[in-house]
Amino acid sequence: MKDKIARWTLLVIAFSAVLALLLITFFIFQQGVPLIFKAGLKNFFSTQWSPTHGKFGISSMIVGSLMVTFGALLIGVPLGLSCAIFLTEFSSKTLQKNLKPVIELLAGIPSVVYGFIGIIVLVPFIREHIGGPGFSVLASSIILGIMILPTIVSISYDSLLVVPGTYRAGSLALGATKWQTVTMVLIPAARSGIITSIILGMGRAVGETMAVIMIAGNALKIPHSILDPVRTITSTIALELSYSVGDHRMALFACGTILFIIIIILNIIATKLTRRT
Amino acid sequence: MIKTTNLNLFYKDFHALKNVNLRIKEKVITAMIGPSGCGKSTLLRVFNRMNDLVEGTRITGDVLINDKNIYCPDCDLTALRKKVGMVFQRPNVFPLSIFDNVSYGPKVWGITNKTTLSEIVENSLKGVNLLEELEGQLKQPALSLSLEKQQRLCIARLLAVEPEVLLMDEPCSALDPISTAKIEELMVELKNKYTIVIVTHNMQQAARIADEVGFMLLGELIEFDKTSKIFTNPADEKTANYISGRFG
Ligand SMILES: Nc1ncnc2c1ncn2[C@@H]1O[C@H](COP(=O)(O)OP(=O)(O)OP(=O)(O)O)[C@@H](O)[C@H]1O
Ligand SMILES: [Mg+2]
Repeated sequence: MKDKIARWTLLVIAFSAVLALLLITFFIFQQGVPLIFKAGLKNFFSTQWSPTHGKFGISSMIVGSLMVTFGALLIGVPLGLSCAIFLTEFSSKTLQKNLKPVIELLAGIPSVVYGFIGIIVLVPFIREHIGGPGFSVLASSIILGIMILPTIVSISYDSLLVVPGTYRAGSLALGATKWQTVTMVLIPAARSGIITSIILGMGRAVGETMAVIMIAGNALKIPHSILDPVRTITSTIALELSYSVGDHRMALFACGTILFIIIIILNIIATKLTRRT
Repeated sequence: MIKTTNLNLFYKDFHALKNVNLRIKEKVITAMIGPSGCGKSTLLRVFNRMNDLVEGTRITGDVLINDKNIYCPDCDLTALRKKVGMVFQRPNVFPLSIFDNVSYGPKVWGITNKTTLSEIVENSLKGVNLLEELEGQLKQPALSLSLEKQQRLCIARLLAVEPEVLLMDEPCSALDPISTAKIEELMVELKNKYTIVIVTHNMQQAARIADEVGFMLLGELIEFDKTSKIFTNPADEKTANYISGRFG
């Protein structure tokens, strides 16, 4: 009897989570899709964004979001993975105990603070030493790369930690070096966890808004180099929602719909990659 | 082949091996027996220096393999471990395909040519009588095999790097009697080419397959002799007691 009650309660709770997701999905599509059809796909996927004049092209923002996200992964994944590998395989227990919480603390820093640091340190640095206006794809990628570090480090770390010690012993006993053991046995063994960490990091990077608004420059065109300013989908929504009305507002919901679809596609790709072998 | 003189090993301040002197002959099976915690595994791990991985391990005395001191300061650890392979208590195949498991060692040692690798894999699997059974399944995950086949695969994985010595730490303890018999058969077959040192809790097993047996107690090597001598006419009373099952 008790079991039954517990079962049903849990079922209802679990179902309410699914229900919330369904509601959000429905709401976003219901609000966003009509405008896409009204404007027409050609208009919607052009590069002209001038929603008060009937131009709803969001291509440059899609490109912007994707560039910034992949830039963040390019920086965050190697760094985060090396960090996790260093912690589990090449550092002492005491160092592990002290360093991992510090890295996880990075996750607790509010994104405005990241944006702020970006503005006063990174943007001027890029402007003076590398070129361009400083507000750029590069700056956003670096800041986002750092912001996704804790996710990537802690999940990869956990998945490396549960790789049985006998794999390490087996590999070393064959005369493999520690580094060979890491790349040829441990990473494949921890693969699904590592990919999960990348998916979650990617989700964070696609969705991050505040820090990106502050340092991306938000110019409405497709960037030609990583030093050009860039505008992401989330930035557009956040920047314009407060004053938008009518079709403009609908167009922002349409942006949300596209964001939603992008995230789902990225997730599917990443999950497919995990399933192989 | 393997020779230790006044070998002592400490885990921090725990004295795990006490003055061990032994000579292990080439191309025979040597079994180490003794009650739990007497240092059999520790002794085995001395020969491929796996104890080095345990923090706070200290060793005194000499260990020679083929008249070469394996504890010299500038010794090549990886080369030693290639020469002295180890099979573990529970099969520890990697979560890779069967092929990748066997070709792992050669790849580590720099062989990249596909045909060479295939040949090595084939010969190694043949060496443990798995080639026919696994024909056409080499791409399958190794973890999907039965425990016995996994253990064979672990042995094949060693053969692939052409070792001279095979150390086996209770290789059958996770297996049922039929599988155990098959692995034993394999070991007897392998001793034509390799020097085998096996740790076992199973005295019948030692009696069945070993040519020489060492009996250990509390970190000391009490007696080391031909199998028939140990089991029929042991020189030391403690050995006799252990053999007859009075303790351990
Ligand atoms: N890493 C270690 N650190 C400290 N002490 C250890 C370590 N490994 C083993 N010992 C101790 O050394 C002694 C010998 O251990 P060992 O594993 O060699 O015994 P064994 O004869 O193989 O036993 P078993 O038959 O149970 O496998 C034991 O008392 C054990 O507690
Ligand atoms: Mg043992």
